[in-house]
Amino acid sequence: MNSNAERILETVAGFRQLPEGAFNIRHNGKGVNLRNSPGISIIPRKDGKGITVKVKPGTVGEVMHIPVVIDQSGIIDLVYNDFFIGEDCDIEIMAGCGIHNDGLHLTQHDGIHTFHIGRNSRVRYVEKHYGSGGTAKKVLNPVTNLYLAEGAYMEMDTVQIEGVDTTKRVTNAKLLEKATLVVKEKLLTSGNQTATTDYEIDLDGCGAGVNLVSRSVAKGSSMQEFLSKINGNNECHGHSECDAIIMDNAVVTAIPVVRANHVDASLIHEAAIGKIAGEQITKLLTLGLTQEEAEAEIVNGFLR
Amino acid sequence: MLELKNISFEVRDEQGAGSREILKDVSLCLEDREFMVITGPNGSGKSTLAKIIMGIVKPTRGQIVFDGTDITEADVTERARMRIGYAFQQPVRFKGINVSDLLRLAAGHELSNDQACRYLSEVGLCAVDYINREINASLSGGELKRIEIATLLARGTRLSVFDEPEAGIDLWSFQNLTRIFEKMRNDHNSAAIIISHQERILRIADTIVMLADGRVVKQGSRQEVMPYLMAHAEPCEIGKNFCPDLQRLA
Repeated sequence: MNSNAERILETVAGFRQLPEGAFNIRHNGKGVNLRNSPGISIIPRKDGKGITVKVKPGTVGEVMHIPVVIDQSGIIDLVYNDFFIGEDCDIEIMAGCGIHNDGLHLTQHDGIHTFHIGRNSRVRYVEKHYGSGGTAKKVLNPVTNLYLAEGAYMEMDTVQIEGVDTTKRVTNAKLLEKATLVVKEKLLTSGNQTATTDYEIDLDGCGAGVNLVSRSVAKGSSMQEFLSKINGNNECHGHSECDAIIMDNAVVTAIPVVRANHVDASLIHEAAIGKIAGEQITKLLTLGLTQEEAEAEIVNGFLR
Repeated sequence: MLELKNISFEVRDEQGAGSREILKDVSLCLEDREFMVITGPNGSGKSTLAKIIMGIVKPTRGQIVFDGTDITEADVTERARMRIGYAFQQPVRFKGINVSDLLRLAAGHELSNDQACRYLSEVGLCAVDYINREINASLSGGELKRIEIATLLARGTRLSVFDEPEAGIDLWSFQNLTRIFEKMRNDHNSAAIIISHQERILRIADTIVMLADGRVVKQGSRQEVMPYLMAHAEPCEIGKNFCPDLQRLA
């Protein structure tokens, strides 16, 4: 990897040297380095378009890294990653995709991730997206399909830091009895970037629950659209919250939908869009910050 | 240290046809290490005067001099960097900014956990419980008020302006609040201007300024002004109802 690739790898995955545990590193559309661990087996697909991951039942405390780095302009990378996580596991999966596009061509990564999480397993899934380079387009369109068995728990932290021109993020989830999904989404757009996030969560099992929280900042002339649909198909609880700071000439749309198909479904949605409160700026000015420093602190804190 | 010369502040009335004077020709002078309380009835212009000192509101007329420098045109950031501090009457809430962030910003440099915890302990908050708390709606008004005071401690200000610091700190004691004022004076040689109605705050002032209808109606040492205030204090509406014989408080 060259220095750009290493920098992107560090930004999205947090390492330059190879990490401990299982990992699969994908660079410019190809798997370049892979390691298994006692509990986690990574099997490359025969067509080269992704991996199948099998986690043994009872695997606890392991962390797997699956970063994707693209620094060659013009690559359109479509990847299918399937995860089969056994019962009673407790693991972390650190994903991330960074594109550095100094060339003239559209560069794109579409990662389709499907998780089958076994009974009573806990998974923390972290996904960072980042773009850098020139004016040629950098596009990331992740699709995440989640199937949570009885008592399974998944926490999904997604962050799009900066530099991605267009993204459409689709997440579909089906939760069985007493399964829980917690989603924390952080998104920053600027310039003429566009971002759409689209969630559809089916709470099928008795006692299933979802807490979906999105915080975003839209700057410049960027456009964001937040769509979330929670279907309460049983006795369940669901909460979605979209909180956006809008700046400059940006446009933000929030369309939360909650649909109760069962009398004992308890569903709440909240959506708030607004500029930075003037009193917040004033407070930080009284601490000696400039207007620009105050805005940056507020935005950084909001997206932390 | 601070001199306000003939400060006036006008606002346009709601119809936009005329204007209303909130402050009228206010002049006052604050010495180094002085502890001044500005008091007066609601709507007398006290909070507006506090905001004018910090630069949050610009006066329509008049001049402000701080440590010999005319700061009338200086903005809030410039005044803050001259080590003027301001504690809001209703502290601001944030999403995502936590207590340690705010203390770090107030101090102007990275703070060790020990340093941050010391400021919180000074205001009677258990640091372990608060240091990583977001400054959001989950904190009570009293907790926010104490954190607000802790930020001024972290700033090490030369002049601190407190807008009704006692509001919402019922569970904490006035004694602690006055101890903090004393500490700021001793540690940083700082002066304080406190907007307050509270007799217990007035009783620890070096000087008292009474505003009414935007004008200074009385100012001087505590010994001079307190008897005047007590002689002119009116019972509140509740007091009038429950004690109809009580016309004036002695």
